[in-house]
Amino acid sequence: MAEPHITPPRLTLRGITKIYPGCVANDSIDLNIEPAEIHALLGENGAGKSTLMKVIYGLVRPDQGEVLWDGLPIDIKDPAHARKLGIGMVFQHFSLFETLTVTENIALALGDEAGDLESLAERIRDVSQKYGMALNPDREVHTLSVGERQRVEIVRCLVQPIKLLILDEPTSVLTPQEVETLFVTLRQLAREGCSILFISHKLNEVRALCHKATILRAGKVSGECLPEQESSESIARMMVGDETAISTDYPKVDGKAPFLQVRGLTRTSEDPFGVDLQGISFDVRCGEILGIAGVAGNGQEELLGALSGEDQVENHDAIHFPEGPVGNFSPRERRAAGMAFVPEERLGRGAVPDMSLKDNALLTGFLSGLVSRGLIAHGKTRHFAEQIIERYRVKTPSSETHAASLSGGNLQKFIIGREIMQNPRLLIAAHPTWGVDIGAATAIHKALIELRDKGAAILVVSEDIDELFQISDRIGALCHGRLSPIKPTPETSINEVGRWMAGEFQSPAA
Amino acid sequence: MDIDLLSNILYAMVRTGTPLLLVALGELVCEKSGVLNLGQEGMLLMGAVVGFIAALMSGSLLLGFLLAIAAGMIMSLLFGFIALGLNANQVATGLALTIFGTGLSAFIGAGFVGKPIDGLEPIALPLLSDIPLLGKMLFSQDLVVYLSFFLFAAVYWFFRSSRPGLVVKAVGENPHAANAIGLPVMRTRYLAVMFGGAMAGLAGGYLSIAYTPLWAENMSAGRGWIALALVVFASWKVERVLLGAWLFGLASILHLVFQGLGFSISPNLLATLPYAATVVVLVLLSRNQIRARLLAPMSLGKPFHATS
Repeated sequence: MAEPHITPPRLTLRGITKIYPGCVANDSIDLNIEPAEIHALLGENGAGKSTLMKVIYGLVRPDQGEVLWDGLPIDIKDPAHARKLGIGMVFQHFSLFETLTVTENIALALGDEAGDLESLAERIRDVSQKYGMALNPDREVHTLSVGERQRVEIVRCLVQPIKLLILDEPTSVLTPQEVETLFVTLRQLAREGCSILFISHKLNEVRALCHKATILRAGKVSGECLPEQESSESIARMMVGDETAISTDYPKVDGKAPFLQVRGLTRTSEDPFGVDLQGISFDVRCGEILGIAGVAGNGQEELLGALSGEDQVENHDAIHFPEGPVGNFSPRERRAAGMAFVPEERLGRGAVPDMSLKDNALLTGFLSGLVSRGLIAHGKTRHFAEQIIERYRVKTPSSETHAASLSGGNLQKFIIGREIMQNPRLLIAAHPTWGVDIGAATAIHKALIELRDKGAAILVVSEDIDELFQISDRIGALCHGRLSPIKPTPETSINEVGRWMAGEFQSPAA
Repeated sequence: MDIDLLSNILYAMVRTGTPLLLVALGELVCEKSGVLNLGQEGMLLMGAVVGFIAALMSGSLLLGFLLAIAAGMIMSLLFGFIALGLNANQVATGLALTIFGTGLSAFIGAGFVGKPIDGLEPIALPLLSDIPLLGKMLFSQDLVVYLSFFLFAAVYWFFRSSRPGLVVKAVGENPHAANAIGLPVMRTRYLAVMFGGAMAGLAGGYLSIAYTPLWAENMSAGRGWIALALVVFASWKVERVLLGAWLFGLASILHLVFQGLGFSISPNLLATLPYAATVVVLVLLSRNQIRARLLAPMSLGKPFHATS
């Protein structure tokens, strides 16, 4: 790094262009990565980050442009070729085989260099020890946690000589502690001379970790910067452009009469690894957003299941709408009574991956006049879907596009839009902006605030404490199936809620 | 029941189970790569008719077997081209292949029905075949049966300790991940399908050249379907395929045994046993959802588009 003119850049991209039918994914992109540099590639969903990565890893052939490796022009034919050059990639959706062991997974990727499994297992142990990533080579992958699976992917890159490591949104699946450990490993790697391309849209992390950043917008390079010298706002501005609002302070309000009343909700989880709910009581008032914080796995799933109606509670009186107890209502009956629900998993529960957006719109919209006498009103349904797409700026070719082919942020906008367009009196949203970029997150927050101001009661369960402080009018936290006191947001602090999340509170009398 | 009868039952069980074992081993490899080929019955019949005609006209049983294998492979390539190359629905393509093979084999074999050939003779291995009870079952068989033992061991070793076996499993579990790390998904699947075709062809040849050395229309009598059920019955484990093939073989000769003992049970009823057993196994397997998910190749039957 000290003598950039003597050492050529590790990787240089010149004018990379990739055109898909109907969209220009990469439009003459230039990129330079030096040896030992941690380089951030930033951009919103659909900005072209993934395509560019795939070009570097040999999964996609660019239509135009030139790739230089250590200063020499090269045509990366396929991932095997990329690996031979010393390029490793950690995928966002892990490319692991669940029924195989860690060693077998790594052997598959290495090809003929893998050698016999015994000695490979030894190498895996060495590498995982050296970089502080505990890993048992003999475990089958389906028994591993998400964080451990990511380690498998990283170790898989490190057991062979590596010069450039590409990580696609590696932190979106990790707890804050795991993120910290990962960063230690990455810094160590960079010190040893490995270049790292870090794809993310979490600006704080990029500023904490990366030496340089290249920002993409709509397939083009919209800026380059030294992240340490920039503020999160200024980087975000380069990502989203001038038109999009980034984040706003929303005025806090006091709710009116309670809509949802939960009293002494106690439930034993059916899942052996689940969390039992213990005497949970709270109100969600009309015209307010109640935020419930907490680290995942502290009873959120159980609470959401009981509220959505997917799981019935024995004590029907534990959950009240203004019309009366609804604890024995099915999800459909609760929806008919004015509730809308946005589940945590977008694909599989929020939307059916292999169905079109139009059909997905029908899935919860069927109560608002899209079905007449048992027949689907296709025209109306399409119109409804197109309204959602237009109003919530869902980026999609058409309402016939499959849900699975939308990016996370776009699909989430669609799902939330679908629920809000039905004018619910109560909206329950689980992790509404999980894995969503700034532009989409801001749009989702605005939509929630708008709905609140129309008088709906909103409950947001989220792990993102910053988000909750931004949009909630009152806030509480779940820990081990118990609910902390609930306070108006202006009267509490991130520190206090953080202590609640760790369980430091007296349970309010039920 | 005296020991001679028992020894004869075991002998017939292995003999009857051999075509099932061959087809099921081929289909197992195919399914492990994520491809469901329901065309086994069609490939089996094509192998049978081509093998029989070749053996009859040339007088060479070896040529008969080789061409039977070739016929099965050509049929499987047809399946591969449609289901893998053109990404058509695997279930529909497989069914079509069975219907096509049944019809085509009847057409080709029309002039050869009832003609006799000298079939493959058993070879009793010295000493070994004298072992009481098991000697006849394991060591007085014909060459194809011995070959089936070898192929079983080879497939077992293939999945247990070979790298290509690992690649097949990986491709069948998650073709997208396999593609992402640079494994040749399409080539692997084509080869697996062709292996399945070769095994079905060999099994067909065995039926018409060794088991009942003659050609009759539709002579496979549903063995292709039993073999498909067998793979599920074996929950995609190689060693259970062997066990299942022999068990199913036993089931299909049971009515003869019962006759010999003086009972009379409808052979049609007994013929349902393999399917009933498969249903029972499926129910047992799916009691534990996580285990059920881990047993079957995860992307079985799903087409793979190499998107990029």
